[in-house]
Amino acid sequence: MIIKRKPLNLAERLYLPAIIGGFKVTLRHLLKKKVTMQYPEEKWVVPEGYRGAPYLVKDQEGNTKCVSCQLCEFVCPPKAIKITPPGPAGQLADRANAEKMPKEFEINMLRCIFCGFCQEVCPEEAIFLQKDYSLTGTSRAEMIYNKEKLLALGGVHAGVQKWKHKADEAKEQESFPVKA
Amino acid sequence: MSAAPATEVKPAPPAIEKIKVKVDGREVEVPKLTPDWQGKLAPTTMLQACDIAKKDVPHYCYHPKLPVSGNCRMCLVEFGTPALGPDRKPVMNPDGTPKIAKSPRPAIGCATPISPGMEIYTSTPGVKQMREGVLESLLINHPLDCPICDQAGECKLQEYSVDYGQSASRFVEAKVHKPKAVDLGPRIMLDAERCILCTRCIRFTKDVAGDDALGIVNRGSYNTISTFPGLPFDNNYTLNTVDICPVGALTSKDFRFQMRVWFLKETKSVCTSCATGCNVLISSREEKVYRYTPRDNDAVNASWMCDAGRLNYKWIQREDRLKAVLVRGQKSTWTNALSEIAGKLKQAQVGSVAIIASARQSNEELWLLAKLKATFGAISDSIERTGDADKLLVSADKNPNTNGARLTGICFSEMGINLPKIADGIAKGKIKALIVFGEEVTKHGISAELLGKLDTLIVSDILPNATTAKAHYVLPGCAHAEKRGSFTNMKGRVQKFMQAVQPPGEARAEWDFLHDLVYNVTSKNGFLTIEGLFNEMAKDVPAFNGLTWAGLGDAGVTVKI
Repeated sequence: MIIKRKPLNLAERLYLPAIIGGFKVTLRHLLKKKVTMQYPEEKWVVPEGYRGAPYLVKDQEGNTKCVSCQLCEFVCPPKAIKITPPGPAGQLADRANAEKMPKEFEINMLRCIFCGFCQEVCPEEAIFLQKDYSLTGTSRAEMIYNKEKLLALGGVHAGVQKWKHKADEAKEQESFPVKA
Repeated sequence: MSAAPATEVKPAPPAIEKIKVKVDGREVEVPKLTPDWQGKLAPTTMLQACDIAKKDVPHYCYHPKLPVSGNCRMCLVEFGTPALGPDRKPVMNPDGTPKIAKSPRPAIGCATPISPGMEIYTSTPGVKQMREGVLESLLINHPLDCPICDQAGECKLQEYSVDYGQSASRFVEAKVHKPKAVDLGPRIMLDAERCILCTRCIRFTKDVAGDDALGIVNRGSYNTISTFPGLPFDNNYTLNTVDICPVGALTSKDFRFQMRVWFLKETKSVCTSCATGCNVLISSREEKVYRYTPRDNDAVNASWMCDAGRLNYKWIQREDRLKAVLVRGQKSTWTNALSEIAGKLKQAQVGSVAIIASARQSNEELWLLAKLKATFGAISDSIERTGDADKLLVSADKNPNTNGARLTGICFSEMGINLPKIADGIAKGKIKALIVFGEEVTKHGISAELLGKLDTLIVSDILPNATTAKAHYVLPGCAHAEKRGSFTNMKGRVQKFMQAVQPPGEARAEWDFLHDLVYNVTSKNGFLTIEGLFNEMAKDVPAFNGLTWAGLGDAGVTVKI
């Protein structure tokens, strides 16, 4: 198809009106509030509900909440999570009646896609996507966060403490089955 | 096991009368009698009829290999029988079909025999309501600690909760807390809170294992599985109770908190701890074996296996496994080592070669060694392993493939008869080359000094020992979990096993490199796959005639021994 070009009218042939129009836009933006952020000198305020890096949290009494049920490892789409369960002779759990906690918990932050499935699937509210968005390291190994690091970064999440509740409930019934 | 046991010849069972019943409106023909847990004929139950009609009826306490107890009430179904008039004749509907008198009460499927013309309803609103009721009742005191429960993922309570459970409990009272992590015995841990009191474990240990060790103590909500005070639950079959426990009450101490079951890949295999050859599933993840569980095979082990065999897998992952091909102590490659060995063997004089194979090797490997034997006119034998037997599964013969060694011609019916001759031959300098597969011969009459006299000592093994230390050629082999092959059990059942994990380092399946070696020596080509090799062997070995790898199936085939 051949498109017919219209001949330019006088204003267009003069060029000047178009140039002035352009300068007007520039001037308007020059006087407006700046939208560019001077990152990294200037930091962004992360909104609530932001899906940053997933970290492990402790409860209000400083106990590791994770019981190594490995559901997050199962659900993780890029297979970024690797959990080593304690095994029969492993370290005792922080909360005695929770029976187990992970021997090792690794998240490969290079693999993580920050989808939040781990947080969604966790039955213990032990892993949360937090506000860290800029993860850097000088090697691949450095980007695999271990349990210690994840717990240190995760902080505290005060929750319902169901294991404590269970332990208290059982203690009340201590006379089971009959008093010795 | 000096004499070869004869295969059992069973008379053809008499034809069983078939009767017609309707399951959810579909007519099925079912046998009037079905073998019960002991294999005796008993009236077919509604649950079995539903099974034949491919209608799933949920159940906890019923197990096909245990006596029926009917206590969980999960298999309740509604049913009806043809109505009879006052003249004891069936009442007919106007359209000519028999009128069905629906039972006013439901009945448990596992213990109610069927009758001709019976109609079973498994998906009515009433049945659904009953299942929901039973489940709610079971969950009253259940701790719901699935995140820390080893059974999660293979738990019947979880599965039926998905089908019939409610999202929230209607109970406001505190749950009854029972003891957790109770040490029942050396291999079993009990969590009494999770128990639903189906009594499968009690019936198993009393009626199948013959050790009346478990029982229920206390009353009402406090019902608890227990052993006699002070007596640990310790027989050679305790871990089967973990398999049949529909919930996570009984857990294996060995597998406790090791891995979640949904990650485990299950590979069909055969236990190698004795000549019974129990069918097993090897559960592995990322090249690590986590557990063995029995696989149903009525011709061999029903649904059970012994604890000793089940826990005999840890050596597969030992750190000191042989991983490198060694030629006179130096690292080498398979190609170099095998061509050197072939060169040496080709020059060997007739009668100067001896072969000691292991009855732990597969039929195919033993057959390839028998080919080597035939080529050199070699003297060969295997080594006997014996131990205690029991009435249920454990055989006195601790080699998994004694009959394979006999049938392929590696040894005679009396195993080990040639060993002194081989020792003598080496001492006199008549035997110059010795091929040892998977045996520690210094413990069986051929001392390290004698081994030192040999010109060529070729050893293939899995773990290092005094024989591999003396070897000129060390060929690292594979555990059964790392290769495919077949064993012939004590009753002559040829069963195949599949590969679950990759071998460590440079280790290769014995049949794989033996194949190369045999065809290097005989300069004939053969099959490179286990299927082809098995089929070739089946043509060559009279006892295996007519067998094919595919024809073995999962359950195996019995041959005459």
